[in-house]
Amino acid sequence: MLRFILMRLGKAAVILIAIMTLNFFLIHAAPGDPAAVMAGEAGAADAKFIAQLREQFGLDKPLLTQLGIYLKGVLQFDLGFSYRQQMPVAQLILDRLPATLLLTMTAFVISLVLGTFAGVLASARVGKWSDTAISSLALLFYATPLYWAALMAVLVFSVYFNWLPGFGYETVGANHTGLARLLDIGRHLILPATTLGLFFMAVYMRMTRASMLEVSQLDFVKTARAKGLKRSIIQRRHIFRNAMLPVVTLAGLQAGQLVGGAVLTETVFAWPGIGRLMFEALAQRDYNLLLGVFFVSAAMVLLFNLITDILYRFVDPRIRVA
Amino acid sequence: MLKRLTTLAATLLVSTALHAEPVAGGRANVVIQPEPPSLMMGLVQNGPTQMVAGNIYESLLRYDEKLQPMPQLATSWDVSEDGLTYTFHLHDDVKWHDGKPFTSADVVFSADVFLRETHTRLRASLEHVESITAPDDTTVVFKLKQPFGPFLGIFEAGTMPMIPKHIYEGTDYKNNPANNTPIGTGPFKFKEWVKGSHILLTRNEEYYEEGKPYLDEIYWHVIPDAASRAVAYETGVVDVLPGGSIENFDVQRIADMENTCVTDKGWEYFGPLSWMWLNNREGPTADKRFRQAVMYAMDRDFARDALWNGLGKVAAGPVSSSTRFFTEEVTKYDHDPEKAKALLAEMGYKGEPVRLLPLPYGETWQRWAEAVKQNLDEVGINVELVSTDVAGWNQKLAEWDYDMAFTYLYQYGDPALGVARNYVSTNIAKGSQWNNVEGYENKEIDDLFAKAAVAVTAEERQKLYTEAQQKLVDDVPVAWLLELGFPTIYRCNVKDLVTTAIGVNDGFKDAYIEK
Repeated sequence: MLRFILMRLGKAAVILIAIMTLNFFLIHAAPGDPAAVMAGEAGAADAKFIAQLREQFGLDKPLLTQLGIYLKGVLQFDLGFSYRQQMPVAQLILDRLPATLLLTMTAFVISLVLGTFAGVLASARVGKWSDTAISSLALLFYATPLYWAALMAVLVFSVYFNWLPGFGYETVGANHTGLARLLDIGRHLILPATTLGLFFMAVYMRMTRASMLEVSQLDFVKTARAKGLKRSIIQRRHIFRNAMLPVVTLAGLQAGQLVGGAVLTETVFAWPGIGRLMFEALAQRDYNLLLGVFFVSAAMVLLFNLITDILYRFVDPRIRVA
Repeated sequence: MLKRLTTLAATLLVSTALHAEPVAGGRANVVIQPEPPSLMMGLVQNGPTQMVAGNIYESLLRYDEKLQPMPQLATSWDVSEDGLTYTFHLHDDVKWHDGKPFTSADVVFSADVFLRETHTRLRASLEHVESITAPDDTTVVFKLKQPFGPFLGIFEAGTMPMIPKHIYEGTDYKNNPANNTPIGTGPFKFKEWVKGSHILLTRNEEYYEEGKPYLDEIYWHVIPDAASRAVAYETGVVDVLPGGSIENFDVQRIADMENTCVTDKGWEYFGPLSWMWLNNREGPTADKRFRQAVMYAMDRDFARDALWNGLGKVAAGPVSSSTRFFTEEVTKYDHDPEKAKALLAEMGYKGEPVRLLPLPYGETWQRWAEAVKQNLDEVGINVELVSTDVAGWNQKLAEWDYDMAFTYLYQYGDPALGVARNYVSTNIAKGSQWNNVEGYENKEIDDLFAKAAVAVTAEERQKLYTEAQQKLVDDVPVAWLLELGFPTIYRCNVKDLVTTAIGVNDGFKDAYIEK
């Protein structure tokens, strides 16, 4: 097992460097550069001013030299300096990480638990009205664009009913402490986490339902039934465990995206997370910051793929042997 | 449409009604967008930085809506007969936010040392300055090389913010750790900045103007989505939406809410004027008749009424009507498609395509570009809209890679500061979006602007600028659109919010909340 993990980690490092190199060139292929954007924001600048900025950021050096400097920094765990925010990239990302993790993990748990539960429920009642209702709802969640759902949620629950806060991480200026603060953050979390979770909830539901139905047709389930085992035990031990394999894969994929944040949700709900940081960095061509966010999210995807593979071995003993 | 306009006009009237004695205390919640990169106004002067830091930093003067100078850090000032010596007398009891006294040495350091290095726009004006000296602690003398008409107009907080000498002298300005905790002399002190969430300023208890400011604190909320900003106002989280906070099509809806006032004042110093750059170098836009045809083809009243809620004015020419030395005595370009077609026929335009870049600043600008395209299509001009993001747009303009492109720029109260830069041929250079991007070259115009900047009397300057405006309007180097009207939306019980020519940028000094 250890050997397997080490090998996979080695591969992951190579892939990561390849990804960073590719990202580096992709970002630089986009028109515009941070010096011009920053000068643009100032509303006045001459060529001299822009040249100064370029020199300060090292943008006057050849592209390959810039890449070399960047990769060398990354190898020393230095993600560089954000031009626009005037702060080290690593610190910017770390500052935003708690908010993003809170949002994405809550959405992850909501979607996984509710999605799987609804899927099992639907598969147990195939063809009945409750199955139809759950499946239709899943289709609706699956097809609704996130930003639209988010805006509608704000309109209904925040503007119309005034039940929940429509944006932000906590009530700014309320100066809550302790439990009151936690509750306040919790209230702010409900709308963004739920809307963000809708899509994956639908995916888990459909995946679980299909997988449960498929497994329930297999021979060993028939055998179990023939043995006279209780229906609930067959459902739980025989069908559910086997049906979970594709769901675990999918959960691994979603988990890998947790750290990347959620651009749309964070923007609509003014959630101070990494997704927004990335979007702003993109608009401002803040190369180092953008690469830093890409680096962290790529690393997370690789890490969670690894974890998924290890989990597989526990869920399905056949893979462990192979 | 008429009803919409009347309601908005009525709201505008309400907002200017008279009110009673100021009350102390309370908190203002304000939207800020986008999040400023820094609050150190000596280093960064973009819109959002000025909007927040304009309450932290101050300059020697302020300006009323007619752009007349008012005392700020300077209590009075004298100008010598020959227009070469400006003497400022300073308040003697001003303290920086860290308790150190503010003196004339700080003024000399700010203007002569710090800002000369960091502030591109001010640097250009300081070219006219021979020396800056401090004969005593409360007196500063600026000696000019030759008279410079707009000189009294550059002592605005965003143009010449006062920087504390005791903190910055001899340091690496850009990396000074004090940049994260800005120290000024203004009515509010920096307290807290939670990136991505909010900025908190608190009352400066030691402020030198008796009783001011009235508010205890100001929260600036960072909300990235325009629709969410409107919701923040609707749900009562914020009380003030500075100009440009929400999309124009939301303005009327929000303005109709109870206890809501709207004003388009507070932009006079900036005089934001919008136009389309027309590439004077090549393609159909190089022909004066084509450019005039564009002016006749556009229905600018429609754009103002439909896209800008009837706020703002159709631009007469290169100078905004709130800027000094504006004249109306220029050729008028009314919406006249027939005239446009005649001009195009005369020049022999065969429908060659022209690329039009909208300004990538949101929905209103996109729609405006579509409206203009439709106007131009009607007279037979073949327009292709080219989409870009901000970075791409910057680059295309800086490299002259366009035929027509939307923009708007500030004028800073005087043609020598914010108009000449776009038309004089010495200002043609790749790499900037604020110079003579269109590539217009006219010796006469160069001379007129050069003479007018250094002419001593206002009458003389008016005469020269009038002539320059008339010639420019005939030549149409760019297609002027509207003097933009940016509405500031706020709860009516927030009083005295917009009292100067830079509006909310230094407005919280006087503002109070009526109980």
